[in-house]
Amino acid sequence: MNTGQRLFWTVLSLSAFLVLWQATAFVVASRTLPPPLAVLEALVTAARQGELFYNIGATLARVAAAFLLALLLGSTIGILLGRSRAADQLFHSWLILFLNLPALVIIILCYVWFGLTEAAAVTAVAINKIPNVAVIMREGALALDRDLTEMARVYRFGRWKTLRHVVLPQLVPFFAAASRSGLALVWKIVLVVELLGRSSGVGFELYMAFQLFDVATILAYAFAFILVIQSIELALLQPWERAANRWRR
Amino acid sequence: MTALNIEILCKSFPAVGAAPSLLIYRDFHLSVEAGSFLCLLGPSGVGKTTLLNMVAGLDRDFEGHINFVDKAPAAVRLAYVFQSPRLLPWRTLLENLLLVLPPGEEAREEAHRLLQELGLAEAAEVYPERLSLGMQRRAALARAFAVKPDLLLMDEPFVSLDEPTADRLRDLLHRLLKRHPATVLFVTHDSREAIRLADRILLLEGPAPVRVRRDMTINLAEEERRSESQIEALRQQLLSC
Repeated sequence: MNTGQRLFWTVLSLSAFLVLWQATAFVVASRTLPPPLAVLEALVTAARQGELFYNIGATLARVAAAFLLALLLGSTIGILLGRSRAADQLFHSWLILFLNLPALVIIILCYVWFGLTEAAAVTAVAINKIPNVAVIMREGALALDRDLTEMARVYRFGRWKTLRHVVLPQLVPFFAAASRSGLALVWKIVLVVELLGRSSGVGFELYMAFQLFDVATILAYAFAFILVIQSIELALLQPWERAANRWRR
Repeated sequence: MTALNIEILCKSFPAVGAAPSLLIYRDFHLSVEAGSFLCLLGPSGVGKTTLLNMVAGLDRDFEGHINFVDKAPAAVRLAYVFQSPRLLPWRTLLENLLLVLPPGEEAREEAHRLLQELGLAEAAEVYPERLSLGMQRRAALARAFAVKPDLLLMDEPFVSLDEPTADRLRDLLHRLLKRHPATVLFVTHDSREAIRLADRILLLEGPAPVRVRRDMTINLAEEERRSESQIEALRQQLLSC
């Protein structure tokens, strides 16, 4: 499919969604299901008052901090587990434990132990994501090509050169997978963290709107955020992946 | 160039699953003169690659020692041309060469010169997987010679190429060695290839542990190595018991 065709189908499918939404809202005729135009209006109002940008900015900052922290620590742990059998055997059960610990439990515990602070919020989100990244990166480290490692040893690459030119390029697909699933997961958890213990951000605004049953604002924030996350995917992740994969046939 | 003393008292592979442990080398001694071209000839699976890996220091799990005459192991410049080219697929040919060289403008010139010499100048900026296997093998040769090796290990470096291409690469290797002399340990299962290239052939045979069936010095002039009849005659001599 070329770009034009793809655009056509995207527009068609989104329009169909809007029509369906409009029709349902018309039939139901309730304050709890506003039509698309009312949502747009709420979006414009929030944008005009500046609240939209302030809150999305606050949320994005938390997403970025938690995402980077999780990626850095998760990759380090994952690579170590992949490289060392002893470490893997020792910490495998821990990983399973943390993977299955409900996000809400981690968030509540972080707030209880560290107070309702920014650091506690970011830490809670990162801890939710770290085991996930670690599992993916461990698979990557297990799949490292022994042939190339031997080559690097014979030609005396040394630690840093081996990491940069031999190991990390092999981990790129795993890194990309971890970032993708990471971004989607992290921003959803950030909203919960904000709802429970922050006084800014999209999660906090959603909570306020919920108190007032202001569904139009809730949907306005949801759509604004979907747009932001999609732009990150299109503007950052995809170009980076393309650049990292340009050597492939 | 460096001479080499190999003394392997015992090398075995541990049992894996249902397969029993396998003793590959016992009391195996080999001295290699500096600057000689030694071919290790033998059937696949006999343990030739294992020997190269021990010499390269990739496999240290054996009893015995491998000494470089007059040189500490760390001072020996070693190059290894593996059975597959083992180039980094995410780096261009030029980058692959630069990675084994010290940083600097001099290294860059040297890399370009080598690529030129091996007919790869046009492909310097190309990623390895976009090239034919023959070109990748030439690049692996370029990388090996880039480090100006004292000791060059080669593990069936021309396998799975069509015969004319393999033959051109043998000529190329010969030319390169003339310009940059090195002690060579060359593994092959092809007796013609061995006679074509080597000063000395060690015919190994199984079953494990490996035994040396014949240790033969080859004294052929360059033109004689191209003569089918000469090669055939020596081959008969080599393989007859």
